[in-house]
Amino acid sequence: MIDLHQISEEDVSIPVSQASFPAPFRSGLEYAAPARGSWNIVHIGMLIPESHQIFVCAQSCLRGVVLTAAEMGASDRFSTIAIQDNNLLDGDMEQLILDGVDEIFSGMEKLPRALLLYTSCIHHFIGCDLEYVFKKLRQKYPQVDFTDCYMTPILRKSWMPPIAKMYMQLYSLLKPAQTDRRVAILGNNEVLAPSGEMVTFLKNAGYAVEEIAACKTYDEYQRHASACLVITTNPAAVPGGKELEKRLGIPHLHLPLCYDFAEMEQNFQKLCEALALPVPDLSEQKAAAEEALRRTADALNGMPVSIDYTATPRPLELAKLLTEYGFRVVSVYADSFSEPERAAFVWLREHCPELMLHPTVHAKMGMLSRNEADKTDGKLLAIGQKAAYFTGTGYFVNILDGGGFYGFDGIRLLAEEMENASKTEKDVPSLIQVKGWGCNCG
Amino acid sequence: MQLRMKQSNRILSTYTADVSGVCSALYEMGGMTVMHDASGCNSTYNTHDEPRWYNMPSMVYISGLTETEAILGDDEKLARDLVDGINGLHPRFCAVAGTPIPTMMGIDLSGIARLVERRTGTPCFGFKTTGMQSYVVGASMALEAVARRFCPETPKKVRSGKPSVNLLGVTPLDFSVTGTVEALRSLLTENGYPVCSCWAMGSSWEELMQAGNADVNLVVSSAGLTLAKFFREKYGTPYVVGIPMGEALTGEYLAEIDNAAETGENRYPVKGGKIPTNGKAALIIGEAVWAASMRRAYELSTGKPAKILCPLELDGETLAPEDLRITGEREIGAEMAKSDLVIADPIYEYVLPKGISFVRFPHEGYSGRIWRKEIPVFVGKDWDTWWETTNF
Repeated sequence: MIDLHQISEEDVSIPVSQASFPAPFRSGLEYAAPARGSWNIVHIGMLIPESHQIFVCAQSCLRGVVLTAAEMGASDRFSTIAIQDNNLLDGDMEQLILDGVDEIFSGMEKLPRALLLYTSCIHHFIGCDLEYVFKKLRQKYPQVDFTDCYMTPILRKSWMPPIAKMYMQLYSLLKPAQTDRRVAILGNNEVLAPSGEMVTFLKNAGYAVEEIAACKTYDEYQRHASACLVITTNPAAVPGGKELEKRLGIPHLHLPLCYDFAEMEQNFQKLCEALALPVPDLSEQKAAAEEALRRTADALNGMPVSIDYTATPRPLELAKLLTEYGFRVVSVYADSFSEPERAAFVWLREHCPELMLHPTVHAKMGMLSRNEADKTDGKLLAIGQKAAYFTGTGYFVNILDGGGFYGFDGIRLLAEEMENASKTEKDVPSLIQVKGWGCNCG
Repeated sequence: MQLRMKQSNRILSTYTADVSGVCSALYEMGGMTVMHDASGCNSTYNTHDEPRWYNMPSMVYISGLTETEAILGDDEKLARDLVDGINGLHPRFCAVAGTPIPTMMGIDLSGIARLVERRTGTPCFGFKTTGMQSYVVGASMALEAVARRFCPETPKKVRSGKPSVNLLGVTPLDFSVTGTVEALRSLLTENGYPVCSCWAMGSSWEELMQAGNADVNLVVSSAGLTLAKFFREKYGTPYVVGIPMGEALTGEYLAEIDNAAETGENRYPVKGGKIPTNGKAALIIGEAVWAASMRRAYELSTGKPAKILCPLELDGETLAPEDLRITGEREIGAEMAKSDLVIADPIYEYVLPKGISFVRFPHEGYSGRIWRKEIPVFVGKDWDTWWETTNF
């Protein structure tokens, strides 16, 4: 068996006071923690109702996606075309795809409304003529809406990572439509909490609110196209919002999920300006958020808190907010940070210099003890699956990408979740190993 | 008989790829295994192919290959990261395995392994996996490579009592973690056959290095056959191919271990049997050695013949010419239609024609963890107990 004693903890984690921004850790071989809740491109694509997916990849790449679909009970909406080494040499990739789609379609009782055809890194490199492929498919199957999707992890660290591209293509099937009093919120895997001030404000102003996670039919999905404004709160969805603005002429507004009260108010101001509506008084919602934070901080009574990047795109900003309201935030698990986190990083360096930053993919993270919670007799509250896994705690808030908690009301809800989570231990292994949490897997 | 590949599937799954097979085979040996890949192979492996990932630490990583490195052919980045990994983690050895993009780039992983070995002094392997073959190919090459590199010469011992054995080709991809490996060890030891080593679950490195002391090697999956051939070449050890499923087959199987030890010849207790020539019969779909063992156990239990459909590359020297080596759900569905009973992973039930009976036998290397709780212990009497539950 493996001798763990030789492995040193040095050069792995670092206090924020000594960290650099935005990448505090050296890159190298990468470990993958068994926290599987984050959605992948299959889960996201499945949000389009009545659609079907075909992946064209090598066996090693197909394995993960075909079982993603199987685990979410969606095998009947998922097909594969396996690439073999001869296809790289023969130059027959286009025909392989066309023949494969024909064969898959011929085995269906009814053709899907939409087909998401995913190609992979290999196609990117060999210069596969996807334009030709899609032209032929659209000619042959005019009743099916086709779109190009991409499983290209080789671009993971590029300007357009696969998840951002997926959110872009998720709305590529929208067809031009008559604009009505409707606002579409793009790029969230779960709908925003209905009690949130933005959603209630829009509805009270007479706007229908569209979110893909609420769509049950392909026609409902198409209603996004009649929006007079599209909003993104998830930074990964911004390219999708911009693309829709360019293609369909629907104005796009990025109102990011954040934990800074001033930015929240600015977000609301931008929204009101875009819709030519007066800015409402949000002091009541803000007071409720503050009250919830104070109450939860009291209830936690010094219980250490750890946050990870899967729970929210702005873990540092959340750490700052919680620290300001009396929580004892001890660690953040993230491999790098986004530019909007810079102010929070600077603040934490000054006010919370001992806050530990831990990587999640560093090679040693798979071999070191996961016992941060033991230092406080197991009493540590994790926000996010990876923080729960690495700290070894049973107390955790099981959210991803903000958990649908947005705005002042989102902070109130998050504080309530934290208080609830601090009282009851969860079965961490069985929860965090579910792939695509919330997508009906497991 | 070559495997005939069809490339489109409307609904069927795909088997674990060769690169995961390497990782699975080396998992418990204290080495560092790196998939040279952008991303995806690691999460696929540790989510769907590796049930030990949560509770048993092992140094399995990806290199995080980027577009720029691929285009510019920056092999030095990989070499540097491997050196850093070795210096920080002190593995017993380092293995780097290829995936589709390195295959397309034509990267020389064996050359990089030699370079890293020179820089660190740690033994290194480069595996020509492509991500376009199945796990049996990857596991097979990994097991053989480790044995070839590390297993020492051992003086021949004079046997007293029952022959001692090694178990070859044991990974969770074929045996899961539901108790079959432990039951197989118990079955052998309770019948007087000492188990020297298990390649590669549950054995220490020191036990693995004593493999040359065994009298007979037991090839319990097609991934173990190349290793058995190597041990035959190095130590002269004969091998027996098959899994002792059911009490009746176990009797035959143990007798063949004795025969192999006595004669020095390889034995195939699960090869042959009744092959249906016409009329409907059972169809068993899966890895070759498992399927051949299942056929023999089925035949001994019911007196009926069965045909095998093996959608994987290696045949474990157990298949008959009449057996099928195909993939593709149309072709598989057509073969199912000629049968009266199908024994296979539950995913195959999606393409089962109406009116054909189906016995579910989840296979970790096919459906992953989805039905792991349903995987029975399938050696010795436990197979009989399971078979009774099927009511056939």
